[in-house]
Order: sequence, then structure tokens, then C-alpha cells
Amino acid sequence: MSASEALAVVAGVTALGGVAWLPPRATRVCGALFGGLVSFAVARAAWGLPAGALTGVAIAALLGRYGPPTVLRRLTFLVPSLLLLVFVTTLLMYHAPGSPFAGEKVVSAQVEAALRAHFGIPKSAVEFFGIYLRRLIVEGSLGPSVKVQGRTVEALLGPALPVSITLGLLALMLASAAGLLLGVHAGLRPSSWSDSASTVLSAVGLSLPSFVIGSVLMVLFSLGLRWLPVAGWGGFRELVLPSITLALPYAAYIARLARSGTIEVMNEDFIRTARAKGLPESAVVLRHALKGAILPVVSFLGPAAAGIMTGSFVVETLFGIPGMGQWFVRGAINRDYSVVLGTALVYATLVTAFNLAVDLAYAWLDPRIRSRP
Amino acid sequence: MTDQRSHAREPSHRPSARAWRRLSQNRLARVALGVVVVMTLACCILPALLHLDAATTHPAFRHQPPSAAHWFGTDGLGRDYAARVLVGGQTSLAVGLVATLTCVLIGVLYGAVAGYYGGRVDEVMMRFVDFMYGIPYMFLVILIMLMFSESARGNPVPVFVALGLVEWLTMARVVRGQVLSLREREFVLAARLLGAGDLRVIVRHIVPNVLGVVTVYATLTVPTVIILESFLSFLGLGLKLSWGQLVSEAVGVVNPIAFFWWLLAFPSGFLALTLLSLNVLGDGLRDAVDPRGRR
Repeated sequence: MSASEALAVVAGVTALGGVAWLPPRATRVCGALFGGLVSFAVARAAWGLPAGALTGVAIAALLGRYGPPTVLRRLTFLVPSLLLLVFVTTLLMYHAPGSPFAGEKVVSAQVEAALRAHFGIPKSAVEFFGIYLRRLIVEGSLGPSVKVQGRTVEALLGPALPVSITLGLLALMLASAAGLLLGVHAGLRPSSWSDSASTVLSAVGLSLPSFVIGSVLMVLFSLGLRWLPVAGWGGFRELVLPSITLALPYAAYIARLARSGTIEVMNEDFIRTARAKGLPESAVVLRHALKGAILPVVSFLGPAAAGIMTGSFVVETLFGIPGMGQWFVRGAINRDYSVVLGTALVYATLVTAFNLAVDLAYAWLDPRIRSRP
Repeated sequence: MTDQRSHAREPSHRPSARAWRRLSQNRLARVALGVVVVMTLACCILPALLHLDAATTHPAFRHQPPSAAHWFGTDGLGRDYAARVLVGGQTSLAVGLVATLTCVLIGVLYGAVAGYYGGRVDEVMMRFVDFMYGIPYMFLVILIMLMFSESARGNPVPVFVALGLVEWLTMARVVRGQVLSLREREFVLAARLLGAGDLRVIVRHIVPNVLGVVTVYATLTVPTVIILESFLSFLGLGLKLSWGQLVSEAVGVVNPIAFFWWLLAFPSGFLALTLLSLNVLGDGLRDAVDPRGRR
């Protein structure tokens, strides 16, 4: 890595940290601006230019007027971190051996130069960064894919994202329901027999790689019992096995978090108060303990939701699902630079969006946080 | 905290000794520790002791089910599967151990520095960690593997580095949180008043105090790393002979006509049993180091 590139990364990280010292008013302006910008980009990709511009302006105005400070701070952080993400990823890709044009067919220097000019992939990483950003901001395009001829990255990811979101949502609901049930049940009876059983059960969920879970389920229910289709995408029956496979590790993790959260909450003074005033145990648990017990689960759900909804390469490969997870891997292995950057951008935007949702949910669940300035 | 009365009776009040006592009272954790030790010994000693050969192919004995000659059967090239599973275990356990050590080293230093200096240094350093969390980890691992791709297959070092580099983030966060409260304690002030420099305070006074929590997270990182390596194997980027690679090969030959159950059952059983024990052990350690969770 050259000195100027390293310097740029250090400057980027410092600027990212520096965002935290912006005064409240500047944060409000920047946050609203950046929020509007990102929603403009997303809406333009979805509905076209006029509707996108309208959405962007509306959201910026709403945020500037009514946005809570925590939300605005996160949004201020979002755009610099996306820029840094694109830059660092570009550097990583350029310094990895191989290039998108290094294939089995050896091309001459002139042909390669023409290809590089056509796809907007010059030899220098910094130049590429400039071209990519200009294309992203001016045209709102994630760029052409080199390996999938004649397609842009948004044309590849566009149909894949809804598939992954559908599957991810279903898996997330399954995981939350199963994990919370198991975890709260165990947390109410620490050190008991059923607590140990649920500890072991959740450890099992975390100990099996998903391709083992998936193939065992497939062998049992599709090849053995013939209840469900082996693979494919379309109806509800195709959804069952992949969503269980996807959900199991998450369910196990949620069960652990819910267990320790429940144990901690049950020792709080307000639980004693609730019992002292004569509430039945079910009301104590459902109305008072549950809220506190799911706090750690909620903060885990943010990044988990982003991860689960951008798809899993393993599950998609096993069950033949046209989701987004495959593009993470195919992009990196093919050195298809725009695909890599596109997936990384979608992922990072989703992570921020879900972390925002978590912040809001936290404030709603925990009054102590709401009252803080 | 310190109880003067019981000082004479209790053998030791050092936190590590107390944690060890609590751990050895936990039956589940004791069994898990036993499984991990036995598994490690079996993978390291048995292949040499029984002269097991994981490499020689016997084309006449392809896909043999388990028998007296081949305890775990044979694979598609007629190689003894027991030998392959045990030798593969060596690789998986080594990956888990080395990558975890890498991640402990980076994470503890990073977290300790961020937490100790606090303020702006902390803010910038933690923003960087947040930023790294935003990068899809699988993709980061693949990129690092590709950077070493000339020597990647068969050479375990890039795998260790790649996995350690991805996993240190959580460790750094945990350590930083601990150090933030530790640095306000009297013994740090005392050390500083006695003239100790920042480096000395961090290395001699702060780091030893976070080792308990670090042990817990390290124990839980080992299984995560082994699973990650198995995903790399699934992508064809992993190591030459590991549990993950055996399992993904077995998954590759699942078909509706003939099901070679032993190919899938033995490596994934060993893998799951080891990871399960490590996870249970980590939970036990957590309860032992931080007894608040089990009042």
C-alpha cells in the first residue's frame, strides 16, 4: 500500500471519529442532509428520479424538524463511514492478487486497456474510487458487473434482495420466538434441570455449521420422509427447510441472551415491588420482567437482522435459492469489483438502518434511556 | 468484598482460585472440560500411536461402511476415514487455538489502549471498530485469503491471520468496557503515583485484571473460529484436511440414490461434540468468573 493511500485511510478514520465532536446543531443539519441523501439514493433505485428526489427532500425535512438526536447522530456517522467502507474495500481489492480481467484467456495489453476503460476500472485504486463515486452519486448506478456480461450490479442485486429479505424475516421471527421462549423459560429457573437442558440445547445450535444442519434436515425431511421439496424457490413449502436452517444458530444465541437478561432482571428491585404488591407471578414476568429480559436480545437483533436479510451463501447454495448471499462470495472470488462494493454498501446501509431501529426500540422499552439527554 | 472472618479457613482468596473452585463445582462444565481434553489428546496422539494413514488410497475399498478394519469406514478414494477424522481434528483444533490467540493479542491490546486513554482516543478507536463491524465479515475473510492466495491452500498461516483479524473486534469491545471502569480504581492511581509509565500500568496492572473476562471470551471464540474455518472449507478456501473440509466434502456427495451416512456423521459428530463442549465450558467459565449471573 502506498503512503498516500495509507494516509487517506488514517484521515478517513480520524474524520469518522471527529464526527462525534460536531455540536448538536451541526449534527442536526448533517444528519438530516445525510438521511435525505441516502433515502434519495435508495428511493431513486426503487422508483426512479422524480419520486426519489421527492422522498429524499421529504425525509430530510422531517428529520431536520422532528428527528431525535440519537437518530441524527447515527445518520451523521453513516455517510462518512460508507465512503470509508468503499475506499478501504477498494484498497483491499486492488492489493489482492488477480484482477477482474485475469481469466483463462490471456488478453493483450491494448484489449485490457480497452476493457478497463469500458468498465471504469483503471489501474489505480484512487482513480477507481473517484469513478465509482461519481457514477454512484450522479447516475445512481452501482456500476456494471464485469463477470456477468451486460448486467449492472443493481440488476443483479435487485431481484435477489427481496428473496433474501423474505427468507430472512421468516427465519428471524422463528429464531426470536424459539429463542425467547427457551431463554426466558431457563432464566426463570437458573441452575435447575431444565436450565441445564436449555444451555446444552442452545450450545448445540451454536456448535453445528449451518451446512450440516441444512443437509441433515434435507436428508431427513426431503430425501427420507419426502415431506418437503429438496430445493428451489417459489412456494411456501420451499421456504420451510431453509428458514429453519437459517434460524437455528440465531435462535440459540437469542436463547442465551434472553436467559442471562431474565436472570439479571429477576433480581431487580422493581420485580420485588411488583411481587410485594400482590401481582400474580405470570403478570410479574409478562408485564415487568419480559421488557428487561429482551433488551440484550433487541440490541443483538439489529446486526443479526442485517446479516440474516442479506442472505447466507451456505443456505442459498444448499437449497438453490436465488438470494443475495451468493453475490458476496461470487463477487470476491471473481474479483468483480462493482459487485463486491455493491453488496458491501447494501449490507452497511442495512446495518445502520437496523441499528437505528434498535435505538428507537431501546428508547421505547427502557424509560431510563429515554429520559437521558 | 473481602471477608476477614473466613480468611483462616478458605484456602485462597485470589480471584482465579475462587473462579477455579466455582468451575469445578459445575458438573456440566467439568464434563465439557474432560471432553475437550480427551478430544485434543485423541486427535494428537492416536494417529501416531495406531499408525493410522490418512493419505494412502485403496481404489478397491471405496465407500466402505464402518467395519473392524476401518472403524469409521472409508471415503470415496478408499482412504481410512478414522485416520482422516482424527488428523483433520488436529488442524481444526490448531486453527481454533492460533486464531483465538491472534484475536486475544490484538483485541486485548487495542481494547486496553482505547479504554485506558479514554476520551478522544477511545472515541476514534471505537468508531473504527464500529466501522469494521459494518464490513460483511465473510467477505473480509475471503479478501484476506485472496491476498495470500498464492500460498493459501495447504498453508494454514493466512487462515489463522484472516480469522483472528475478523474476530478481534468483539474482544476489543469487551476489554475496553472493562478497562474503562478499571482505570478509575485506586490501584491504578497508586501505580501511577509510584511513577509507573502508561505502558507499564497497562501491561502490569490493567491487562492482568481483564484476563478473567478474556479467558471466557477466548473459550467462546475457539468454536466460532472453527465454524468459520468450516465455512471457508465449504467455499473451497479452507485448509487441506480439517473437520470442516471433511464435512463439506460429505455434504457435497449427499444424493437421493446412495447415502454414505458415515462420511457426514463422524466428522460432524466430532466437530459438534468439541464445539458443544467448548461452548458449555465457556458458559461455565463465565458463571465462575462473574458469579452475579447465577445468584
